Amino acid sequence: MYYTQQEHHVGFWRRYLFSTDHKTIGLQYMITGLFMALLGGYLAYVFRMQLAYPNESVPGYGPVGPDAYNALVTMHGTIMIFWVAMPILVSGFGNYLVPLMLGADDMAFPRLNMCSYWTFLVSTLVLLASFFVPGGAMSGGWTAYPPLSARMDYTGVEWGGTLWILAVALEFASAFMGGINILATTLNMRTKGMTLYRMPIFVWMQNAANLIFMFSVGPLVAGALMLLADRTLGTGFFMPQQGGDPLLWQHLFWFFGHPEVYVLLLPSLGMVAEVITNFARKPIFGYRMIIYSVMASGILSFIVWAHHQFVSGINPRLAVGFSITTILISVPFAIIVFSFLATLWRGSIQFKTPMLFALGMLAEFLIGGVTGIHLGTTATDIYLHDTYFVVAHFHYTMFPVTFFGLFTGIYYWYPKMFGRMMSEKLGWLHFAVTFVAFNVIFIPLFRYGLAGHQRRIYDPSLFENLVPFQHLHVIATIGTIALLLGQIPFILNFFGSMKWGKKAERNPWNANTLEWQTPSPPGHGNFDVIPTVYRWPYEYSAPDREEDWCPQSLAPATAKGVKHV
Amino acid sequence: MSEAQAATMDRYEVPSVVTGRMGMWWFLASEIVIFGGALVCYLLSRWHHPDWAESAAHTNEVIGLINTVVLLTSSLTMVLAHDAIHHAQPKRALRLMGVTVLLGVCFLGLKALEYTHEIQEGYTPLKNLFWSYYYFLTGLHALHIVAGLVAIVTVMRGLAKGKNSQRVEYVGIYWHFVDVVWIFLFPLLYLAPKI
Repeated sequence: MYYTQQEHHVGFWRRYLFSTDHKTIGLQYMITGLFMALLGGYLAYVFRMQLAYPNESVPGYGPVGPDAYNALVTMHGTIMIFWVAMPILVSGFGNYLVPLMLGADDMAFPRLNMCSYWTFLVSTLVLLASFFVPGGAMSGGWTAYPPLSARMDYTGVEWGGTLWILAVALEFASAFMGGINILATTLNMRTKGMTLYRMPIFVWMQNAANLIFMFSVGPLVAGALMLLADRTLGTGFFMPQQGGDPLLWQHLFWFFGHPEVYVLLLPSLGMVAEVITNFARKPIFGYRMIIYSVMASGILSFIVWAHHQFVSGINPRLAVGFSITTILISVPFAIIVFSFLATLWRGSIQFKTPMLFALGMLAEFLIGGVTGIHLGTTATDIYLHDTYFVVAHFHYTMFPVTFFGLFTGIYYWYPKMFGRMMSEKLGWLHFAVTFVAFNVIFIPLFRYGLAGHQRRIYDPSLFENLVPFQHLHVIATIGTIALLLGQIPFILNFFGSMKWGKKAERNPWNANTLEWQTPSPPGHGNFDVIPTVYRWPYEYSAPDREEDWCPQSLAPATAKGVKHV
Repeated sequence: MSEAQAATMDRYEVPSVVTGRMGMWWFLASEIVIFGGALVCYLLSRWHHPDWAESAAHTNEVIGLINTVVLLTSSLTMVLAHDAIHHAQPKRALRLMGVTVLLGVCFLGLKALEYTHEIQEGYTPLKNLFWSYYYFLTGLHALHIVAGLVAIVTVMRGLAKGKNSQRVEYVGIYWHFVDVVWIFLFPLLYLAPKI
């Protein structure tokens, strides 16, 4: 696939498997993540079928028992967050795009980069292995609350839970290494002229995400070791009868777990920013304001975590404080979203597939954000806590962030990655089905969540008050099946376009950022001409130019003509 | 400065911190949060359990004190090794790093001796929550010492072949960090009020 002379002596294994090239590693992350997404989707299909048609044999799985149900839900959550969203949004796109956007030849630490992918792959294998050990996979919820998760006999899951902790720890280690790499690359490997305030928004977002990750995950790493000791040795860090404190785990988990939402959201928003400004053919509105908002939200994200614990028995005065910070954090995100809307305003909008997904991401995420206010407010949360309202809210945030975000990125950068264009028609079909089916699943969940339907119920037909909502379960399950079938056009498009897609030139979208100055796909070492940067990345539709774009590396005609941000 | 380094200097915007050193500092930043989280858990629990003082009375502060001196001295020899590199004396640096490794091994030996005594007297990780925390924190720290020793020996092997002398500084920063962690652990576990 790559033809440059530097790689002639590199064999197949070094080029495609044990590669230190940031682009290959980025694609490895993405492909692994997409494979895990199929698995996560399959798990969702199985437990949704159980909810819609309780105790009937699920086609393609068989009968679901209560224990298996718990394991299915737990593993669905774990896989989608840690093995789909993290590797694709942060590690995958971060690896592929950050060096290219900065005009660098590779990451700052290429071998560390390879190590981080292989650590991730080992974590994936450990997690997959946990399905097949005696006792089955982890079933204590993706949040692994003790005491349930701290003793093997409480859930009946033996090695599954231990392997789960190990896999998550390895995944964290991998993300640590990747994060160090992205930060060092951004600080030390910007090409000449690429000042910090000329970096694309996506690079800013990636760095913010990795910083947030590195500073929030530490206590949970310590906590995971303690939980491991509780599980395997029988210590009592989180066991009340031994003097331990189960609430401590909740604090450690959410001190990481809530910032993690922003770790995933920011790279996704970054890709949306690049796509929106390109397909509106307008400079992004409020470049610096967006960056400052990212910084503010990054800081605020460390002081909102206890809003997950309003009914866990925390001090009510503390709860009020966390309510306030939670509502406050919507301000910087509102600024970002309004900046995006202002970018669209009076632009010449082109509805190409990446743009559809970018707009879809904003629209759906908005619903997720607004319903978050209900859950962040103590009074309403006490009623809504642990109902399907939470599940719906969560998916209205994380689904657009993860899937609309990654599809935005894949449709937009696919020509760069594989040198071919994707089919627009299949892209439209994929978007239409995904968008509609997603809402068909989760609007019913809001409805019966508001009616008080609790989460984590294996068989809703056992509860008289839930029986009237059974038809909504069926609708949501039909939506799930439609959503999964709706991915077929994407899979066809993804693999088919590699062979039959129209050949892509260097810059098929007429974009400004540096990655579009490289050949499609870029060879090892990326740039055939080392770029120097003269301007910011969003100079679209400048009145003094014939073309409506202006690459960052284009030297100004006259010294006077240079526009600074 | 090698030719490759000069080319890199010309290729990119001038960095304010050398890339290797920056990587180490980011790594330590994340390590600080791990140990910070573990220590905060311990401190909060200790606050709620004044009775832990009774268990803490059985820690051996004499060995703890000796180990503190051993570890601080090993940090001193590490700094001197870095200084030797600065003055282009790789042989002296190798000798000093050798002393650091010996002192590190000495620390681990004393720690093992301490664990043995405690376990023989019945103070196992399962005795009560204080001892769970004690073994967890000191064990995590000991693992970092082991990792540090492996890193130092790796750097020494490179240095013996005349390669990568800049890594002496990076591994030194890490070693000082492991030392500083002990400076927190020693008073909080051994010296905090006892009955």
